[in-house]
Amino acid sequence: MTAVQTATDTILEVSNLKTYIFTRAATVKAVDGISFNLKKGETLGIVGESGCGKTMTALSLLRLVPRPAGRIVEGEIVLNGEDILQKSEDEMRDVRGRQISMILQDPQTSLNPVFTIGNQLREALGIAHKENKSSMLSRAVDALRKVNVAAPERRLDDYPHQMSGGMKQRVVGAIAMSCEPGVIIADEPTTALDVTIQLQYLRLLKEIQAETGLAIIFITHDFGVVARMCDRVAVMYAGRIIEQGEVRDIFSRPAHPYTQALINSVPKLEQSVDRLYSIDGQPPLLSNLPEGCRFAPRCPYASDQCYEEYPSSYQLADGHHADCWALDADWQGTPIEEFVPPTGTAG
Amino acid sequence: MQAYILRRVAQGILAIFVICTVTFALARVSGDPLNVLLPEEASEEQIALIKAEWGLDKPIHMQYLQYLGKLFRGDLGEAIAWPNSTATELIVQRLPNTVKLSALALIVSGVIAFPVGVLVAIKKDTPFDYVGKLFAILGQSAPTFAVGLILMWIFAVQLNFFPTSGSGGVEYIILPALALGYYNVAALMRLTRSSMLEVLDTEYVKLARIKGVPEWKVVWKHCFRNALIVPLTYFGLIGAVLITGSVVIETVFAWPGLGHLVIKAILFRDYVVVQAVVLLFATAFVIINIMVDVLYAYIDPRIRYT
Repeated sequence: MTAVQTATDTILEVSNLKTYIFTRAATVKAVDGISFNLKKGETLGIVGESGCGKTMTALSLLRLVPRPAGRIVEGEIVLNGEDILQKSEDEMRDVRGRQISMILQDPQTSLNPVFTIGNQLREALGIAHKENKSSMLSRAVDALRKVNVAAPERRLDDYPHQMSGGMKQRVVGAIAMSCEPGVIIADEPTTALDVTIQLQYLRLLKEIQAETGLAIIFITHDFGVVARMCDRVAVMYAGRIIEQGEVRDIFSRPAHPYTQALINSVPKLEQSVDRLYSIDGQPPLLSNLPEGCRFAPRCPYASDQCYEEYPSSYQLADGHHADCWALDADWQGTPIEEFVPPTGTAG
Repeated sequence: MQAYILRRVAQGILAIFVICTVTFALARVSGDPLNVLLPEEASEEQIALIKAEWGLDKPIHMQYLQYLGKLFRGDLGEAIAWPNSTATELIVQRLPNTVKLSALALIVSGVIAFPVGVLVAIKKDTPFDYVGKLFAILGQSAPTFAVGLILMWIFAVQLNFFPTSGSGGVEYIILPALALGYYNVAALMRLTRSSMLEVLDTEYVKLARIKGVPEWKVVWKHCFRNALIVPLTYFGLIGAVLITGSVVIETVFAWPGLGHLVIKAILFRDYVVVQAVVLLFATAFVIINIMVDVLYAYIDPRIRYT
């Protein structure tokens, strides 16, 4: 667990969250006991390979795990002091949009093609504000202006297919933030955008955060984006958070061999290499997880113990901890020689 | 939008022209009309007389032009098997009956299929869904005449709710409309179900839920209109299904519509009437399709601009 924080500061507290997907053939442990905290105005990055449970974590926080196959089987999600897992489906509708919201990965598909932007935006705004037509209209214009859409009055009557990807993602952002939630989950919001647009979008999110004190959970597999956007980072592997801490600590002293490998696999401009670094092997199937450490089969430091028992969590600095048997109390820093933190691919 | 409609209408006119040509050709290759018009022992003079009377002595392309010329003036020709009536008169007599039957069948299928399709989609993998699927499979696999006969046996013979066949008051149209509509219910419902399931899985539905839209609104606003696009296309095909279906059902229930007429015309080898009815069916098919395309463009704005 992270260091104890004052209750007023913490907006979201997740403990021992487990979300499983039950298929006929097997139980897929998509999220298998993760814990983290989020403070107001903070940005937490969740990093990991595809299929490690990042998106399922996000959907769990909104209680939108695909049913009936998926289910949150254990844990607590305390949002604004209330455990949302105890809430009824009706009560959840007041939570979604107003307290926690999400920006989806692909702007091309996240807007309904048969309704205008204005219609979809007003619908979102209407959930928190019941007002007459003209004031809703001006609210919609304001919402678009906030996400830097030019000539918002004219854009309201556009259909999604008449807009560019970057523009659509701004609209999705405006919809997600329309009811001023305290927490926004951004699930790889820039992966589908052009590189030049990516940076603009990230800047926009930062600006809005500075203005509103929004807490952001930033899901990505791009360490460059993490370096640019996040205050803290949680590294996920096979359904668990294997290391988390301040971005500074993680980049300068990555503790878990998987984190080290991930950071190492980001190509560096100043170094010319014959082959890009990659981690050998595949992550385990979430439906068939090994007994011990899930990274052990791919880990260069793995011992017998690693295969037998899941490692306990080591506290390395304030708020920096990692699950690895190779770590012990007098661990001092990165074992990887000449390690240079990446400067960011999005810039 | 206007340009789009104009383009579709122009395509439709071209299609109808092609249909005229094909029906004309098919009527000629399906046998010598003289065999029908004359007894076998007819003399050369009689043959020549009849040929001249029906314009069959002219070369085929002249006959074709003549046929087109008459069509253009709205003349479908003299019926062979019905003395003293034109094909147009015969059609005008029967058309209202077929339109009534098809319209009612269409309403029956739409009213049942869309809501039930949505329901079984949102209740996927529950008993609702299984019953719905069974209902659909039955409707799709049972031939319309069998459904018609079963309905007739249950509701007319056993329960005596409706007359078995014929025409008259409202009670006569209900069983044939149900039998004709049921086939489409099944297909439409399955289409609605599968396209609803697809739409329920999209990102924009996820976003709608994320922003806190109530579930009924997610289903009926965000999903239904998108999910309607596929089954609506099928509505165009329903035109054909209703037409072919009505031929069978009208015969089963002795309902005096166009289907009934065309079956009689075929039995009497009246190629003029067959040709006229087939042309009418085909034209109706083209018009229904154009209407569906326009509706389709109205529902899905992306189509209007391409």
